[in-house]
Amino acid sequence: MAEIHIQGLRKEFPDGTVAIEHLDLHIADGELFVMLGPSGCGKTTTLRCIAGLERQTSGNVVIGGEIVDDLSASERDIAMVFQFYALYPHMTCRDNIAFPLRAQGKPKAEIDAAVAEAARMLRLEPLLDRRPKRLSGGEQQRVALGRAMVRQPQAFLMDEPLTNLDAELRADMRTELKHLQQRLGTTMVYVTHDQVEAMALGHRIAIFDHGRLEQVGTPMEVYERPASLFAARFVGSPPINLLDVELTNGALTAAGGLRVTAPDGLRRGDKVIAGVRPEGLTLLPPGAEDAVGARVISREALGDETIYVVEAPCGQLHVRMPPTAPYAEDAPVAVRFQGGAPPVYDAASGKAVAG
Amino acid sequence: MNTIRATGVSKSFGDVQALDGLELEVPTGSFFVLLGPSGAGKTTTLRVLAGLEKPDSGTVEIDGIDATGATPAARDLAMVFQSYALYPKQTAAQNIASPLRARKLPKDEIERQVRRVAELLRIERLLDRKPAQMSGGEQQRVALGRALVREPRAFLMDEPLTNLDLKLRVEMRTELTRIHRSLGRTFLYVTNDQVEAMSMADQVAVLRQGRIQQVGTPAHVYDRPVNRWVASFVGSPRMNFVACEARDGRLAGDGWDLPNPGFAVDEGRPLTLGVRAEDLSLDRRDETASLTGTVYATEPLGDRTLVDVEVGSGRLQVKAPPRVALEMGEPITVAVDLDRVHLFDAATEEALSR
Repeated sequence: MAEIHIQGLRKEFPDGTVAIEHLDLHIADGELFVMLGPSGCGKTTTLRCIAGLERQTSGNVVIGGEIVDDLSASERDIAMVFQFYALYPHMTCRDNIAFPLRAQGKPKAEIDAAVAEAARMLRLEPLLDRRPKRLSGGEQQRVALGRAMVRQPQAFLMDEPLTNLDAELRADMRTELKHLQQRLGTTMVYVTHDQVEAMALGHRIAIFDHGRLEQVGTPMEVYERPASLFAARFVGSPPINLLDVELTNGALTAAGGLRVTAPDGLRRGDKVIAGVRPEGLTLLPPGAEDAVGARVISREALGDETIYVVEAPCGQLHVRMPPTAPYAEDAPVAVRFQGGAPPVYDAASGKAVAG
Repeated sequence: MNTIRATGVSKSFGDVQALDGLELEVPTGSFFVLLGPSGAGKTTTLRVLAGLEKPDSGTVEIDGIDATGATPAARDLAMVFQSYALYPKQTAAQNIASPLRARKLPKDEIERQVRRVAELLRIERLLDRKPAQMSGGEQQRVALGRALVREPRAFLMDEPLTNLDLKLRVEMRTELTRIHRSLGRTFLYVTNDQVEAMSMADQVAVLRQGRIQQVGTPAHVYDRPVNRWVASFVGSPRMNFVACEARDGRLAGDGWDLPNPGFAVDEGRPLTLGVRAEDLSLDRRDETASLTGTVYATEPLGDRTLVDVEVGSGRLQVKAPPRVALEMGEPITVAVDLDRVHLFDAATEEALSR
């Protein structure tokens, strides 16, 4: 188990593409650290530099206090789990899991004990004598994980390991991974483009865009206080509402008069963009006090909640409501802001300015 | 009045039975969603209805008239596929106009129709672009435009949003609902995504292994699933299931028991309790009945946190407020909304009534 330091990392490919501009990160011992971003943002390149599969142009990778820049991937004592499972098809699950220990020449009794423990934690006991092709995708994924676990590496590195699974299994495996990581206490660095997965899994999340770090924070920090418009848009579904507002009479006011609680530190007349989550708005009957008139564009009843899109004077807004909300499509309604001061952004720089 | 009605439709490919006595009534003007996992027979159903595939047995009626042997053209239904299949060398306007040109309509009439459709889809600014200059979502709209311009009896859509990214898919759901409302035509929409079904359908038919499991409004299917399979397929997160049996007026499982809220079941019969994450709560004030367990994992999602709780040998996912702070292994009490629990026969998996 180990902490991981990334110091001044830069990666430029021979064709001149800059995958990572300049990155400083500290991943704590035992942390489940998620790197999140769209494809091409530099998250996988960062992971590959940590793993030793890619050599950075400059900067250092430090694992467990040791600079590993000159160590090969196999010398770094970390386990990589990929999107695809890469199991040996002619071997049983047991032999697949035991493989790294056999390769190290460990005694049989020790190997058997390690495989049994991994199988118990991953609930693979009934499957140990099967070959991969007789397993479901999720079961294969668990075997791949078992093979990584038995080595007891200093860290697990995972590159979108759940991407190819169907939605139901993905949700199950997400829960299992989170539980397992906590139980093992092993540092894990996890790459994904799926913001729901990032939120659910990570102790902290690093959001990347174009080779730069936009924000590092806990899931709730990233959700409630996005550091930039990019981070605000990337996390959350339905998407955050971004309102052009001006500070007047102590509140942020959008076109048409929708009033939003102002954070400290703004001056009268300041124009900013307020980021309001769909649950930061509520719908009321038309004419309600402290609200602006709007019309329902669409209504998506999802069972446990209903998502509205309404047309308001300041544009289309997403509003999260309980399943009992009575407003039909085309109905006139009123929209009111609720909750504490939202994060606000400078339109030109896209960065958070106060709050 | 039904636009489309299928009665006893069966269809096999070799020894694979794709459809097994399918019964379907698509009301005129409805947004009707056929929901099922891949391999359930959804696409075969669409192809049989469109006349692209001949059923082994059963009949298809369109507007009340037997159309089982009718050609696709005579049925006057428009298909929209998940691949856009646009002509790459033609502009959006030319692509949309192609069915009208094939019918040799006068030029100014074609232009008028293309403009009308472009306005409805809000793609006026794309009309002079070629497919390569458009995003996936824009291409999808143009493909839709080409179907709309024909003014057919009904639109059959085969997972048209599958290839779009999440943000665009969410946006197109809103768009399709709006377009359906302004056209007032019948939409028969096939998908494996229960969120699409829940969010867009007037009526949803859940299909499994070539058989309709349940037909109803999305709320009805969500609140009153007829069997465990439907209960598990509809809703996200998936409904929780734990094994139990009736004992002394209570429902008892491994490490828990709850008052029986009125299900008439024999003692000792193997049962499965089903309960959705939002009908469980960590707030003791909600308590009408409760279970105790330990925290297995917590998954913050921003607007809520999913808490996985180990209860006996089972596991339950609870929808909790966003800022709940819990440690793995911590003992916890889960309140259960007994009015909202479901009970299934463990062997047949059919829902039991109260």
